[in-house]
Amino acid sequence: MSSKIKSLKYNGKWDFSPSIESIEDISLKKEYQLFINGQFQKPISKKYFPSINPSNEQQLTKIAHAESKDVDLAVNSARNAFNGHWGKLPAKERAKYIYRIARIIQEKSKELAIVETLDGGKPIRESRDIDIPLAAAHFFYYAGWADKLQYAFPNRTPKPLGVVGQIIPWNFPLMMAAWKIAPALATGNTVVLKPAETTSITALILAEIIQQAELPPGVVNIITGDGSTGELIVNHPDVNKIAFTGSTKVGKSIMQSISSTTKRSTMELGGKAANIIFEDAPVDQAVEGVINGIYFNQGHVCCAGSRLFVQESVYELVLRKLKDRMQSLVVGNPLDKNTDIGAINSKEQLSTINKYIDLGVKEGADIFQLNCELPNGGYWCPPTLFTNVSQSHSIANEEIFGPVLAVQTFRTTQEVINKANNTPFGLSAGVWTDKGSKAFNLASKLKAGVIWANTYNKFDPTSPFGGYKESGHGREGGLHGLSPYLNLE
Amino acid sequence: MSKRIKILKTYKIFIDGKFPRTESGRYTQLKKDNIPIANVCLSSKKDIKNAVLFARNAFESWSNKSAYNRSQVLYRIAEMLEGNKNQFLEELILQGVDPKKAILEIDQSIDRIIYFAGWADKINPIFGSVNPVASSHFNFTILEPMGVVAIVAPDDSSLLRLISSIIPVIVSGNTTVSIASEKLPLCAISLAEVISNSDVPNGVVNIVTGEKEELAPHLAQHMDVNALGLNLENKVLKDKMFFEATNNLKRVVDISQYNIQESEFEAPYIVKNFMEAKTTWHPIEKDFTSSNNY
Repeated sequence: MSSKIKSLKYNGKWDFSPSIESIEDISLKKEYQLFINGQFQKPISKKYFPSINPSNEQQLTKIAHAESKDVDLAVNSARNAFNGHWGKLPAKERAKYIYRIARIIQEKSKELAIVETLDGGKPIRESRDIDIPLAAAHFFYYAGWADKLQYAFPNRTPKPLGVVGQIIPWNFPLMMAAWKIAPALATGNTVVLKPAETTSITALILAEIIQQAELPPGVVNIITGDGSTGELIVNHPDVNKIAFTGSTKVGKSIMQSISSTTKRSTMELGGKAANIIFEDAPVDQAVEGVINGIYFNQGHVCCAGSRLFVQESVYELVLRKLKDRMQSLVVGNPLDKNTDIGAINSKEQLSTINKYIDLGVKEGADIFQLNCELPNGGYWCPPTLFTNVSQSHSIANEEIFGPVLAVQTFRTTQEVINKANNTPFGLSAGVWTDKGSKAFNLASKLKAGVIWANTYNKFDPTSPFGGYKESGHGREGGLHGLSPYLNLE
Repeated sequence: MSKRIKILKTYKIFIDGKFPRTESGRYTQLKKDNIPIANVCLSSKKDIKNAVLFARNAFESWSNKSAYNRSQVLYRIAEMLEGNKNQFLEELILQGVDPKKAILEIDQSIDRIIYFAGWADKINPIFGSVNPVASSHFNFTILEPMGVVAIVAPDDSSLLRLISSIIPVIVSGNTTVSIASEKLPLCAISLAEVISNSDVPNGVVNIVTGEKEELAPHLAQHMDVNALGLNLENKVLKDKMFFEATNNLKRVVDISQYNIQESEFEAPYIVKNFMEAKTTWHPIEKDFTSSNNY
């Protein structure tokens, strides 16, 4: 891989003393079982797969692999819970269980943050300050909705759908579990959830939390496995709804699988977000926002601002500041509190990212990478930026899901609106300008479900999230996150 | 004096505010009691593509009009329909509807347009939200139209179902391509004439006639259609539409799930089903006296 490096000479001024989070109090089990009907059960398949720490490739534990009979058990227990106790429970009592889960997550937040970082490779600062607090907040927020649903849908009596199958990705493991489970429970459904193969552990700790909260057996079932387990959930005849977060490709195949059924769906899929800097933007804040937009969580973010559009008149300035800022990013041990960029989640994902970086060079774009030492062992990718990118390049069109930014320029507002919208995706977009009327104009013209104006990658349980076009359908979070789990007729 | 010869009506399709014949030159003869009553265009894939193109071109301007303006334009359709009742009555009776029921259907259709016209500037106040995020940001969610929506009318209803499918979709700013009832297409074309005489911009409503099984899948496969609104009784065709729609993840709404009668149909949820929620964030400056009270 070729790389042109023009580094600022910081002369070691940016080196921090290591500040490693202790893992002494963390004890992982030797193997993790399936959580079905309130109990941890060995898989009927008797199969297990390893869970790896992506920062050093060491095996952390073994995870049960659910096959057809295990999925049947999980769905049946969810159905029985729905038809039984849970379905008859007054909404205000339902709420109390969900509040309990929120509180126990807060109590266990340190443990959860460390395990999230060990298992997924994301910086501890991020698991500690973003993933885990947001997961707790999500349960707390939706708990309060349980007994207030009739106020959300004027002139309708909302009813739960039944058993919902939920399949989540590896980029925000516990947070995604919370985004899925909290609204499903608040609306009175029961759940079969499958975490991603590479990041199952925090979901299984969540299962322990659910047990501790004394949630009735079968209301939430958490089963682990790979894509084949997910497929079994999707195709199970007794599942009423599929909520999926993941790639657009898998999302489309799920939609095909359920196209002749009455199953409902929520799809939160890929993105290729435009982040737009106008000449009147506050440049330092904008650069900070661009860095956060693409390098946050190693770029493993469906709403990552992976296409940067800079107005020509400030291009040189923005690019210089961007490269300077990149030089100060700390790549390395995810458990170090100084780390900005952790490990890439898996070997497969690293090879996908590298494939795109090679493609970027091959198709004629200019590469700039952070000049830094990468740890030995584990999966790493330095923050990468491409200039001289055209609309037709693969790196400007396809979702990479890594720390790779494609920079393009524009002259007029209309031009950048056209370029930004010229994509099959429509999850999010960013706009940087000090002019309020321009920010609102862009916010209304950009075809995306979330618009960050003078900010980026912000999340909150009260704020609906979800895409236009091939970025999926349905919303998660806020008032708008309720109806995907309800029947209003 | 010889008997006056009646002027017969030529039924054509409606694309971009114009009334062309299908580019394919195909037609079918509609009969009642074995007596020909009209020739109807059998539209082609190319007609569908043209219609989608013009619907797309019309989208930006229609969706950018003020809600107040869209509301008045829809109201105008109702005014025009009210003045053309006789034509629809004749066509409904000609197509075999009992005269009393025909009068009721026309009245219901007019009232339905008025009902949904009023929602244009009320959807967002009811279904939008200002979200109390924990950080120092102003955060709000509004509903926006999706884009081009393809509608398949049912076989058994000539007017009311078609109007009930088109109006809630365009009131929010979407544009449409509709396939008229295959068996009862006359009112659909007359409706197009009413729309053409109202203030609806060209391309917002496009209506083609022809064989549903041939035409509908082209709409489901079209990469520039955002959503489908279906009134389909045929399970095989319905499944095919849902399947084909996955190629660009079109939203699919089964309109036939809604009871056409007033009390059940007249609700904002069908309008909302053809809209997307967009959430916008903006920071609020922080100083030591400020707090996020939004």
